[in-house]
Amino acid sequence: MSKTLFDKVWDSHVVKHIENGPDVLFIDRHLVHEVTSPVAFLGLKNRGIKVLYPERTFATADHNTPTRNQHLPVKDPLSANQLKALEENANAHNIPYWGLGHKKNGIVHVIGPENGITLPGATIVCGDSHTSTHGAFGAIAFGIGTSEVEMVLSTQCIMQPKPKSLRINVNGELSEAVTPKDVALFIISKLSTSGATGYFAEYAGDVFKNMSMEGRMTVCNLSIEMGARGGMIAPDETTFEYIKGREYTPKGKDWDAAMEYWSTLYSDDDAEFDKEVTFDASEIEPMITFGTNPGMGIGISKDIPMAESIDGSPATYKKSLEYMNYNEGEAMVGKPIDFVFLGSCTNGRIEDFRAFASIIKGKKKADNVTAWLVPGSHKVEEAIKEEGILDILTEAGFELREPGCSACLAMNDDKIPAGKYAVSTSNRNFEGRQGPGARTLLASPLVAAAAAVTGKVTDPRELMREEVLA
Amino acid sequence: MAYDKFNILTSTAVPLPIENVDTDQIIPARFLKATERKGFGDNLFRDWRYNSDGTPKEQFVLNNPIYSGKILVGGKNFGSGSSREHAAWAVYDYGFRCVVSSFFADIFRGNCLNIGVLPVQVSPEFLDKIFKAIEADPKTELEINLPEQKITILATGEHESFDINDYKKGNMLNGFDDIDYLLNIQKDIEKYAESTPL
Repeated sequence: MSKTLFDKVWDSHVVKHIENGPDVLFIDRHLVHEVTSPVAFLGLKNRGIKVLYPERTFATADHNTPTRNQHLPVKDPLSANQLKALEENANAHNIPYWGLGHKKNGIVHVIGPENGITLPGATIVCGDSHTSTHGAFGAIAFGIGTSEVEMVLSTQCIMQPKPKSLRINVNGELSEAVTPKDVALFIISKLSTSGATGYFAEYAGDVFKNMSMEGRMTVCNLSIEMGARGGMIAPDETTFEYIKGREYTPKGKDWDAAMEYWSTLYSDDDAEFDKEVTFDASEIEPMITFGTNPGMGIGISKDIPMAESIDGSPATYKKSLEYMNYNEGEAMVGKPIDFVFLGSCTNGRIEDFRAFASIIKGKKKADNVTAWLVPGSHKVEEAIKEEGILDILTEAGFELREPGCSACLAMNDDKIPAGKYAVSTSNRNFEGRQGPGARTLLASPLVAAAAAVTGKVTDPRELMREEVLA
Repeated sequence: MAYDKFNILTSTAVPLPIENVDTDQIIPARFLKATERKGFGDNLFRDWRYNSDGTPKEQFVLNNPIYSGKILVGGKNFGSGSSREHAAWAVYDYGFRCVVSSFFADIFRGNCLNIGVLPVQVSPEFLDKIFKAIEADPKTELEINLPEQKITILATGEHESFDINDYKKGNMLNGFDDIDYLLNIQKDIEKYAESTPL
């Protein structure tokens, strides 16, 4: 029987199927961070059990960490306590732990792939909804709650009904300045934040075939923002090239055996999906959000839609615009902004810093803008330095912070003040997401860079054209 | 973690007719720093419920003494966003045992089921009826009958059935959690693990 990529990976991990109930799904890799794990470890303690497979478990500190002076003790006592709890739990259960200051430390969804923990055909979970990122490698990866973290720690399994399948095709060629982030924001704007709920997505077509691993990670990362548990892309030469030789990647004979399996990971030609949507790449322009969920995005040259033209409750729509202090029908280009945040598990990788640098090179940060540039990991930070990107940033008046989730969820001190506007490369523009009262405009690193040097929402294509003319 | 059994719940309900209520609203990230599951109810809907100086926002439904009960009724796509189970804990800790909506985000729904909050998905039309009934009379009672999988507006007798899989239903009725189940099949799991090299 023909199968989808998702079927192949899911079905091979089912330990047991419960009639009119969930599947017991075996988890190959479990990533753990400080915020969603302490209560799970407490549960194990109360039951008097140990982590079943510590060698399949990896812990890092990222959500609740400062992005400055990481060598000093963490000031906030609650945060310090949470970080200490993770370290103690990891040590007590023999879990590899990459805490603050460790050279492999960084955002959990950045360091998994960097170290070869993320592999095609694997099942990967983490108590974080953006675990979908790892689907870029042809893995089934999704976020779980703390009760499930406890399940995986104690039994390496979770219990989930098999989701329905959705294929998203984007064919053709992307236009100038259209990045993977724009592709994802475009898809979410078409499907809405709940359009893929109950489904697991596969991304297919020319655009994803031609995309780098970093770009694929950005797209899969945002799968959850259209409601899908996760999204995945069939592994290919680009994937194998990326993972080869990384620390936890199989070597020698194991690599050959793995390659044999990985080369079977694609949707069969006649595989059926529960739902399929297709878009044309040429329809997509650089995107920006104007509201309070990631589905409220438009092409940067467009105006904010009128309430009557949108699906869903007009009252909810108007509440959202009121929060942003925007009106229907206004243009986004030219709107003043106060902050720029480059980073997060969505856009905190080396390619994102390269893109940002390509726009700001030779320009100056606008005086009215506070910019927080936060690499996704120490490895990304190193590459920024090695490639000379740090010099470009410094010359333009920017500084680089230390790795972590930072202003994406503003658990640490990196909070956008109430009422201020931030162009952010992160993943959520919910009310107060980046700080109480903060207003977030989600966009790509190119759009963020254009805003950082002009102090307002600016179409990056304008700056790129100026560059060519000059 | 074990929780109270759920059978038939009869209660007034608190209406929140807003769509896409995300888990950052249910509990903002800055309240996720605890290492124990305690006190999350105090920060349920924190930024909709309180001003920055800590004074209550009078217009918010949780601060309106007319509304109370163990059932929260929310608009479409309730619980979207972050996987933080703290959102479900906050709902439970505040005193809700059931959330009714016309659509739930996946992870939130699963988290609720894992901690003993029953997510009840109804049709958009029935949701509208509930909102209207509560608007007309805040003392409107709903009956959530888990064994029969039925939700009823008691005053009018209008009702609808809701879905839940047999396994989860059994867990809710008995107060069991998945770990109890998984620990019982550990031998099968270990056998599977031996066959997978990753």
